[in-house]
Amino acid sequence: MSEDNINKDMDKVSGVETTGHEWDGLKELNNPLPRWWVWVFLVSCIWGVWYMIAYPAWPVAGGATKGTSGYTQFKELTQSQSEIIARQAVYLESFEGTDFNTIMNDSALYAFAYAGGKAAFKDNCATCHGSGAEGSKGYPNLNDDDWLWGGTVGDIYTTLQHGIRVEGNYDTRLSQMPAFGKDEILNREEINQTIDYVLALHNASATENMAGHTIFQNNCASCHGANGKGLREFGAPNLADAIWLYGGNRADIYESIFNARSGMMPAWKNRLDENTIRQLSVYVHELGGGEASVADANAKAVRPLLEE
Amino acid sequence: MEPDATENIQLFEKQKRIYPKRVSGRYRNIKWVAMIICLAIYYLVPFIRWDRGPTAPDQAVLIDLERGRAYWFWIEIWPQEVYILAGILILAAIGLFFLTSLLGRVWCGYLCFQTVWTDLFIWVERIVQGDRNKRKKLREGPWTREKFIKLTITHIIWLGIAWCTAGSFILYFNDAPTIVQDFLNFNVSPTVLGFVVGLTFMTYLMAGFAREQVCTYMCPYARFQSAMFDKDTLIIGYDEKRGEPRGKHKKGADWSNLGDCINCYACVNVCPTGIDIRDGLQMECIACGLCADACDDIMDKVDLPRGLVRYDTERRLEEKNKGLPVSKLRILRPRTIYYTVVITIVGFIMLYALINRPLLELNVLHDRNPLFVQLSGGNIRNGYDIKILNKTHNNHSYRLDVEGLEGAQISMVGAGNLDAQEISVAADSVGQNKVFIQAPVSKQEPIVITFIIKDIHSGLSAKYKTMFISRKPHG
Repeated sequence: MSEDNINKDMDKVSGVETTGHEWDGLKELNNPLPRWWVWVFLVSCIWGVWYMIAYPAWPVAGGATKGTSGYTQFKELTQSQSEIIARQAVYLESFEGTDFNTIMNDSALYAFAYAGGKAAFKDNCATCHGSGAEGSKGYPNLNDDDWLWGGTVGDIYTTLQHGIRVEGNYDTRLSQMPAFGKDEILNREEINQTIDYVLALHNASATENMAGHTIFQNNCASCHGANGKGLREFGAPNLADAIWLYGGNRADIYESIFNARSGMMPAWKNRLDENTIRQLSVYVHELGGGEASVADANAKAVRPLLEE
Repeated sequence: MEPDATENIQLFEKQKRIYPKRVSGRYRNIKWVAMIICLAIYYLVPFIRWDRGPTAPDQAVLIDLERGRAYWFWIEIWPQEVYILAGILILAAIGLFFLTSLLGRVWCGYLCFQTVWTDLFIWVERIVQGDRNKRKKLREGPWTREKFIKLTITHIIWLGIAWCTAGSFILYFNDAPTIVQDFLNFNVSPTVLGFVVGLTFMTYLMAGFAREQVCTYMCPYARFQSAMFDKDTLIIGYDEKRGEPRGKHKKGADWSNLGDCINCYACVNVCPTGIDIRDGLQMECIACGLCADACDDIMDKVDLPRGLVRYDTERRLEEKNKGLPVSKLRILRPRTIYYTVVITIVGFIMLYALINRPLLELNVLHDRNPLFVQLSGGNIRNGYDIKILNKTHNNHSYRLDVEGLEGAQISMVGAGNLDAQEISVAADSVGQNKVFIQAPVSKQEPIVITFIIKDIHSGLSAKYKTMFISRKPHG
């Protein structure tokens, strides 16, 4: 042992000096730090100093030190946003102004429209129509083939642009069902007879002998059609199909006839840009219920499988 | 330190620098050959070409992470066939156990990359700085011009080897000639460069500095090998009966009262892990046999038979020690036999899996939201995402059918005019399609249905069982 160790407190068992700290007779050994640990520590210190110089670190009056690298999170955000926009630009260039027919037959444009529409749908439409576009009472299910205002891409595009029953929009989808009960056009008994008739239409068992037949022809047929199959010009739903937007039990139908229904949808023309609306049109059309427009030469027919 | 320091418990051990001495002999020669073969395999395999047609890469061994394919000569693996990789790992593990029970730690001594690269680095050290004594003197001596130059050269060569090692590793994941060309043009992607730099550093650190500490402290195999050892496992053993009592021997002097060990420390000086084999079997021993070579050399010089330190089994050494008749080497033991059986079984399972690897697969995912759609005509419609895996190297068309659903109608949405009768999928790729099935069913419990795709030309088919849902789960 060299001279300078004479006064040090040595541990008898391990032969290592102690730090002199003692707790109830327990002494702490003064073993050296592992070398690798010391190196990692030193490198971390150097890195830490460099970081404080290069990046915003110290709070000062009116903000923080700027750092030599000029980094800010906002810059990073702007940069990654512009990267995304640049990536989209390639597709947008050919997407913009291209007619739906071309888009529907081009796999790259189709994928671009579908993906963009899917994202925009979740942001803007899912609130009412649900994340899977499955709808709920009063909010149409967009997956089915029952369209109030038309189910071609063009129809959907128009509905998206101008909305439904938007006040002050001249191109909006507009119609108003009379509140037959509230406005005392029909009495309780007549409404009940109408319900009987509507349910019969739904079950394809309606006859001209039914009491509701005359009431329906006089009051409802002008919009819903003589056979109850609806009229898209007025957004009048098909009452003879299997789908009920506001429910198909007697109470629901009574409520519909008594107070009338008039759902609304905002016009998206000035909220979303043209390309997003077009992407949404393609997406909604492709949810499964989209109708082929007359101009669409490549009509997608439902192909019966077991016919062969 | 105090005189009684050796009796102290050492709680903290400083690395003892080891300067293995040069040695030549039987095992050293085997080690050189093994090293050359291992390094040759490692560095050259990425450059072997294997023609797979125009749609697949022509590198014999390639793990294409970007496209999710692994190639090994005639074998081709997709990500979902990762069980083959698991099988290879199981085979490798059992193979290692088998080798260990049969021949002891020969993997450690001759074939392990840690051993091979450490050996290579020590060789470089010896070429530049000289043998054991010179290296020790140089390292422990003061900083001189000579020391500086020699150490610098050593480290530059080490880094060079490490760089090649790292670069070669990358070649297994990319087209080798392309990457080499990229390196020559100084035009390498940051990802590749990052991996190369990282692996270079690790190789330099592990083979240049950590060396035997990797085997002693880091490698789990060294720790659990005792589970594979028995008294008939080949180990490096020191013949105590013959060697003891050890002591210095002058030429021509009498051998009486002396064992054959002349206590020359040749075996200790050559040991790459710095142990004394005469202390018996130790965990640090990687069974490289260099001490046996060194001892044989000395035995030749003092005119005694070779084999004072040799490959032998614990049983035989013990029997010899006690003066009992020495039994034969037992290669065939229950342990080796059942490892062989397990290897054979796993091997056959893998062979079966490889031979029966389907070239066509179908995956169907039912829409989660909505689960089903009520159509105006009364039909119920369900949506599915189907994935057709065409593992062949040709474009194919498939026909989609559904079984188990009365009146089922199939329709598809997507770009262009799609037809469930003829779904085309490009060679060596996955075709993704959205499919709708509708059928006149009443609201009921989910119906089990089967999707069937059939290659229109070859008749190859695949099935997938899924559900047709017509009401809410709680409805």
